[in-house]
Parts: sequence; structure tokens; C-alpha cells
Amino acid sequence: MTTTAAAYAPGLKVVAAMRYTARRLLPISGNVLVKPGDLVDAKQVVAETFMPGDIMPLNLAKLLSMPPGDVPECMLKKEGDRIEAGEPLARTKGIFGKFRTEYKSDVAGTIESISAVTGQVIVRGAPLPVQVKAYLTGRVVEVMPNEGCAIEADVTFVQGIFGIGGETFGPIRMVCKRHEQELTEDLITPDLKGCVAVGGARVTAHAIERARTAGVSAIISGGIDDADLEAVLGYNLGVAITGSERIGLTIVITEGFGEIAMARRTFDLLASREGDAAAVNGATQIRAGVMRPEIVIPLGTGGRIHQPSSEAAGRLAIGASVRAIRDPYFGLIGRVTALPPEPQTLQSGSKARVLEVTFESGEGVIIPRANVELIEGTGGQES
Amino acid sequence: MTPVDPKNARVILATDCGSTTTKAILIQQVDGIYRQTHRGEAPTTVEAPFADVTIGVVNAVTEVQELAGRRLIGDDGRIIQPATDREGCDIYISTSSAGGGLQMMVAGVVREMTGESAKRAALGAGAIVMDVIAANDKRKPHEQIQRIRELRPDIMLISGGVDGGTTTHVVQIAELIAPAKPRPRFGGEYKLPIIYAGNKNAAPLVRKVLEGADGFALTVVDNLRPVLERENLGPARDAIHDLFLEHVMAHAPGYDKLMQWTDAPIMPTPGAVGNILRTIAERQRINVVGVDIGGATTDVFSVFGGVFNRTVSANLGMSYSISNVCAEAGMPNILRWVPFDMDVRELSNRVKNKMIRPTTIPQTIDALVFEQAVAREALRLAYIQHKEFATTLKGVQQQRTVGDTFSQESAGQTIVDNMKLDLLVASGGVLSHAPRMHQTAMMLVDAFEPEGFTTLAKDSIFMMPHLGVLAQVNPRASLEVFERDCLIYLGTCVAAKGTGKSGRPCFRYAIRSATLNESGQMMTGDIRLFPLDEGEKASVTIEPERGFDCGAGPGKAIEREVRGGTVGLILDARGRPLSLPVEREAGRALIEKWVTALQLYPQLERQRLRA
Repeated sequence: MTTTAAAYAPGLKVVAAMRYTARRLLPISGNVLVKPGDLVDAKQVVAETFMPGDIMPLNLAKLLSMPPGDVPECMLKKEGDRIEAGEPLARTKGIFGKFRTEYKSDVAGTIESISAVTGQVIVRGAPLPVQVKAYLTGRVVEVMPNEGCAIEADVTFVQGIFGIGGETFGPIRMVCKRHEQELTEDLITPDLKGCVAVGGARVTAHAIERARTAGVSAIISGGIDDADLEAVLGYNLGVAITGSERIGLTIVITEGFGEIAMARRTFDLLASREGDAAAVNGATQIRAGVMRPEIVIPLGTGGRIHQPSSEAAGRLAIGASVRAIRDPYFGLIGRVTALPPEPQTLQSGSKARVLEVTFESGEGVIIPRANVELIEGTGGQES
Repeated sequence: MTPVDPKNARVILATDCGSTTTKAILIQQVDGIYRQTHRGEAPTTVEAPFADVTIGVVNAVTEVQELAGRRLIGDDGRIIQPATDREGCDIYISTSSAGGGLQMMVAGVVREMTGESAKRAALGAGAIVMDVIAANDKRKPHEQIQRIRELRPDIMLISGGVDGGTTTHVVQIAELIAPAKPRPRFGGEYKLPIIYAGNKNAAPLVRKVLEGADGFALTVVDNLRPVLERENLGPARDAIHDLFLEHVMAHAPGYDKLMQWTDAPIMPTPGAVGNILRTIAERQRINVVGVDIGGATTDVFSVFGGVFNRTVSANLGMSYSISNVCAEAGMPNILRWVPFDMDVRELSNRVKNKMIRPTTIPQTIDALVFEQAVAREALRLAYIQHKEFATTLKGVQQQRTVGDTFSQESAGQTIVDNMKLDLLVASGGVLSHAPRMHQTAMMLVDAFEPEGFTTLAKDSIFMMPHLGVLAQVNPRASLEVFERDCLIYLGTCVAAKGTGKSGRPCFRYAIRSATLNESGQMMTGDIRLFPLDEGEKASVTIEPERGFDCGAGPGKAIEREVRGGTVGLILDARGRPLSLPVEREAGRALIEKWVTALQLYPQLERQRLRA
């Protein structure tokens, strides 16, 4: 009988200690402010640049009621000149030099182009600054000139299944006492301001609202109800491409939608790092090049790392710990007891490769391999 | 080594490099006829850590090699060519949609005219159209610029103006694009390819504007709308294919190698599917609709009266986009296809869980029924979008005579006519992998609502992309395999157009075949299935009641020969347009009746009997 097989869902990383590298890149080329070997703080700016400013097209032919071909000679400024808001930009020739009409620019910027074909003048606004923060408190290990840098640190790393909101920072605070405890609004207190608040099971929309008002940086919890997510976002999320939401805080869900408890291992791991500074990113992209939300907690100077053996990662084997990720067993955790090689017919009538699993309750069931994920993270911190 | 003339090829190897899976098929001559003999697949390897598409190709071909007992990969890791009796192939061809396919942005002067023609050209070439910028798209110029800056297209297509017409507007569009400097998806060094296919008199002006700004690679082709009355999409479409290879593919990991291996240019996957459907429609002189429903998007292709159209409904799909389907269709519209009660809150959470874990499959019958209900709505919405897009040309001046006084036909009418539809082809996971083909057939009938006589088929193993490229080098092989191995015929649907009171007569029927001799009456609201095996044909006579039409006109009798299939012959008297009672109880009872009549879910039947 086959004892190992390629897993369909590699599962999420929940690792007490691992080496993590953050690549911090500018969207366009610019200045990198650090050098290899530098120790950087998560909130420190490591690279910056200026994006070309916003563009404002002005159709002077239309605005001054003249043929487009006349626009260049009526211009009071030439390409490359600076113009301030309220400053005259063009003046018509008028009749015998009289009755001249003037157009005063309502935007400030630099004249980028003047078209005699369309009569359009393009004014470009001031450059927009773009800054990239370190995100990870650690050491710069590589600098890509004009592009950015790579920062490395030994961290506790927890991947969520879904998140909203971008990068944020704060110390870990355990708000729920148990991994199956719901995160309700009464648990959100003013002293959580600036913290990464960790719940247990489902987080409610009311709790999120109170956390937002209290200035909580991020909420980590096991589950969220679809209706609550809609209430928080103000719309029904159609595709899981997130990270750019501006809702006042970042949310990371570790298990999925519904009333589902955070995996005990994840909860215990986060609890073991209570008080330590974390970086959180809710950005999720479930498409080719999948991206999951994450919680990164640098270890600081203590602790050494076991690198997980590559063989253990991404393989389903008898005895492996798995989580069911679809109904009717959604969220249940168990151990693989058999991996029959031949496809079997499911109740739905579909034929699929399956595995046999015994849940923590002792119940043994058959599940399609596509409907489980490995609980990964064999690395551990040495004492 | 003398290359084999593609027309004389005996062994053909084809791959399709999808976003997640690379599929390989082997086509060989068996008794003088081309047949698809073996297939293999392997994960696509475009992304890290492999970052070389040819690794996935070699893996998929290796699987074919093992199954076929024919050595296809040489010691140098390349495909062996030409074929001998025991190894190699004569032709190797490939399609690709890896890395999200070809993403384009198009621009035109008037959205409904040149904007739409440009979109048609891009879609027809197999692209996903990210946005259409037009002078009249109701956005302010700075908003358009902002949008151009945000998107990262692979190629841009600019059109606008008829030849000899005004040049101002199209130059104005170019003036917006030039400073916006859209950033391509691949790397900073890469120059964004722009195709200009507008008013030929404006070409030098557009060239001046775009070449003045750095970072563009401009190609000028013939105007895609030289006069308002005619589209000329060929040159723009060819340019898109060329640029896809030269710029986009050349920058994708491993494609430089793959391009050297293939004996015909690599095509975008949907472009190849369109190609084969167009070929079939042309050769058999039929009207065809094809659909490919994926995890993220649904592609609909149609050929009516020789005119080809393709639409991509972004965000109508069965995994990544399943939540969007539910949001767009609304949960009540989905649940109307479900013959039992479900908890809406729990369902909403299930839908989201499928969205975030897209590779899971339905284990229970309830989950399957729900997923197929979602598929019906995704297909229905995608087909509505397709019908709105596949129209006669807008903006054409029409001469009207007194005779036209009562005719309300105007430009911009859809050319999709379900009564004239001859063949409906399904592909994509939820349709191809349904446990019972009856389910596939009914998802098609419920979503597309074919009228009159329509043959239903499915693409057995999603082979259409391979055959689309093959059609370019060896049309005979392509057609032979399409007819014998690609399509699995499900049967024929005969449906009456019109509405009536439930339970009242709709049409009389008489069916004669070697195995069937049936006649009777269908009541409005009924649907029936008659066994008619694959390869069998039957003569069907329909006499519709007044107000119902099966192809000969309202109330007029019609006789046609129909094709059998794995499902059989479906007589559908539910009326068109199909309408279900709003009241849940009545709707559920009706669906239950239809489910039983079509033997869709025998498990449900057994459960009910046990209860």
C-alpha cells in the first residue's frame, strides 16, 4: 500500500521558529537607504522614490474656443515650464490684439506636452513620494541597487487562510483565553490600542467595529461569518484578492468562514509570544501565485532554529496530521490512517482519490484528498 | 533531419500550458484516420521554484510516453522529432494561458463603436480585456489616466476613427496614454507593446506622440473599422498573436525554449478554442456556441451566420470567483435550482470557504447539487453578457423604407439566436467532471435555454485548445479528432419557445428510430428524457400548440433528424424564456419534478424513498 503521496493542499505554515526573509521592493526604481549588515526596525523606511505626479489634461482649444492648431502660439508657458494654480497659462490672439481671453490654470505642476493636433495641454503634478518600510525587524542581507533590499530574521511565523487590510505592527495580546472562545465586543478594551489582538474562534462584526474605534492594529481569529465580513467591508467580497482595504485595522482569519475555532497549535504558539512585537499583513491573493496573510514575530537574540526537513513538508503520509477543509467535516483535525491508491466513489457520485482519517473525537471517516490540508510546521525552537 | 510536412504527419504531440496544469495529448494515425490515443498531465511550472514552463511540458509528455509505450523525450531532455515506428513525433504544437493568460487594455474613440470593435479583436485573439478606454466612457480624462496607470497590461490596442475621418479624437487618446506610461506586467526593462489599428491618416500623429514618450513599442496595422459598416479585425488579431509571442511569451519563464520546440506559433488557449469552433462551424455550416467554465472566469464562444464572437466573463467562475457568482446572481436565484431547503447563512460561509480553498471538491450530494446550481447561474450570467456583446455593428447608418415602418430592428441587435443554434459544446471542470452526464446536459439546457433542435456535447478532456492550433497546420487531423475523440455527444434537446399556463398542452411529438417508437403530448412545464444512444439517430416530429415554436414558426409542425448521445433525447416543454415560480415551495416542487424526470441525482431519489 502507498504510504506517502503528494498532498493536494500543502496547508498553512504555523512555525515556532524559522528563518524568514522579507524582500522589500520599490514599485519603480529609487533610492535604497540601507546597506548590507544594517540592523533595521520594522517601521524604519528602507527605500524611497518618487512616482511621476498625477496628470491633468487641459483641452485649451475647447476652453478658449480656438482651433487646436492655434494653441501652441497662444501658450504663455512652454513644455517643461512650471505653472502654479491661478497663473495664466494661455491667452488668445483676440481681434486686432483686443478682446483677448486668458486661461488661468486651476492646477499646479509642470507642462508636459502641448498638442497642435488636439489642442490638449498635459500638466503633471508634483511627484508623489513612495516609501517602503522594513516590515521585519532584522538584518539587511542583500541590497538590490535602486530596487530595494532583503531583510532576514529568525521569527515565529503564522500563516492565515484569509485576511483584509495591509501591513501593520504591534505587540501580541491574547484577548481570548481559549482557542474555541468567540471574540466578542465586550473583550475589546481601550488598552488594546496599537496591539495585535488574538481571539479564539469566530470574531464578530461588533468586536471588529469596537477594535477599530479603540485603535487596535490587527485582529487575529479563527473564523468570521460571511455576513460579518460584509458588514465590515460594506460590500460582498467577490474574489479573494485583498490587502488594499482601508477599514482602520488589519484582520487575519486562520481557519475559515463560520463558527470555527482557531487550531489549538496556532493559538498556543501565539500565546507563547504574548507581549512580543509582531508584523502583520492581511493581503491575500487566491489566484496563480497564491499569497496568504501572515503574522511574523521576530525571535530577537534568543532561540535557535530547527529547519524543517524538506521531506516532511508537502507530503501526505500515514500518521500525518490533517485538517478537513470542506463540509461535511469542515474544520475537524485528525490523523491519516490510510491512503488507498485507487479512486473511490463519493456520496456525490464523483470519483476521487481519498484518504482515511481518524478525528480527535475518535471518529474514522473517508475524505477526498483534495478536501484536507496538511498541518505543517515541523520546525521548533530549541530550549 | 528533414522536417516533416505537417500535412503528412503521422504522430502529433500537443500541449496546453494552463495556469495550473499542463495537458499533453498524442494524436496518431489509426487505420488511416487521426485519433487521439493518449494523454498525460503535470503541474505547470511557470512560477518559482521552477520558473521554466518546459519542465511541466516534459513531465506531461513523459506521462504520455509511459502510457503510449513510445519514447517522446530524448536524452537531451527535448522532444524527439521526427517520428519513427517506435519513438518521437512529427509535429509538436502548444497553446498557453499560464501566468493568467494574455491581458490587454483597449481604447477606442466611441465606446460602442471602435471601442467595441477593438474589444472584439482582443477577445477573439484570446486576450482578457482589462478595460476599454473611450472618449465617451463617462470618465474624466484624469480618471482615465489614473486607470491606465493602475493596470498592468501585456499589450494595448488603440483604435478610433474611420479611414479618412477626423484624427483629433484618436490622437487625444494617444496623448492620454503616453504620459500615463502604463507599466507592463513583466519587468522594468520591457517596452509595452502598443498596436495602433485606427484611422490610417492619424497613424503618423499617433506614432509621433507615442514614440516621443519613452517605453512603448508601437506596431501600426490596418484600421479595424475602416468604415462604420465593416469591421476588419484580422490584421489587429494577427498583430496581437505576433506580439504575444515576441513580447509576452518571450518574457515568461522558459517560453524562449518552448517557442523553439514548437512547429507552429504558440497560441493563447482561448484563441485556439475559438479557432477550432470557427473551423467546425464553417465546415459543417452550423451555428455553434461553446462554453468553458473555469475557476475564475467563464469564456463563451459563438459562431452565428459565420460571425465569430468570444467573451470572457471575468469573475464568473466556480472556485476563485464563486462568491462573486453568488453576489451577482443573488442567493435566491441560485437556490431556485435546489430541490431541498438549505440554510442560507451556512451556505454563504461554505461559498466563501470554497473561494479561499479553491481546490476542494463536493463530497456530499447536497454540496454537489448546490455547486451545480451555482454553475447554472454563472453560465446564465455569462451567456447574457455574451448576447449583449455579440451584436451587429453599432453606429451603422441604416436606410429605411416604408416597408420597415413596423420593423423595430436597429443596429446593435444581438446575433445570438437560440432557435438557430445547432450545437452547444460544454467544457470546464463543473461541466466536464459532473458525475453524471445528465447533470452536464441539464446545466447547459437550464442556463442557455436552447430553442428548437439543439445538439448537446462536451469536450471530453478539454482537447479543443490543442485542436485549435492543429487546425492551422493540419486541418484534416484536427477535424477527424474533433469529431471522433474530442466531443462526447450528450444527445439532443428539443425545446418549445413561448409561454403558456402550466399543465396545458405545449406540443405533440412522434419519435421514430431503430429502438424508439414513441408519440404523445407534452404539457407546458414538463420535461422528458428518451433513451437514444450515442451513434443512434431518430426522426422527431413536433406539432406545437399555437403560441409555441420549435423552429418552423409558432404553431407549425416540424420534422428533424436528431442525434443521440450518452444522455439521450430531451423534450423540453417548460417554455422559453424559462421561468420558475418565485414562491419557494412551488419552485421546489417543480425542480424536484424535473430532477426526477431527467434522473439527475438518483442518490436523492434513494434518500427520499428511505425517508
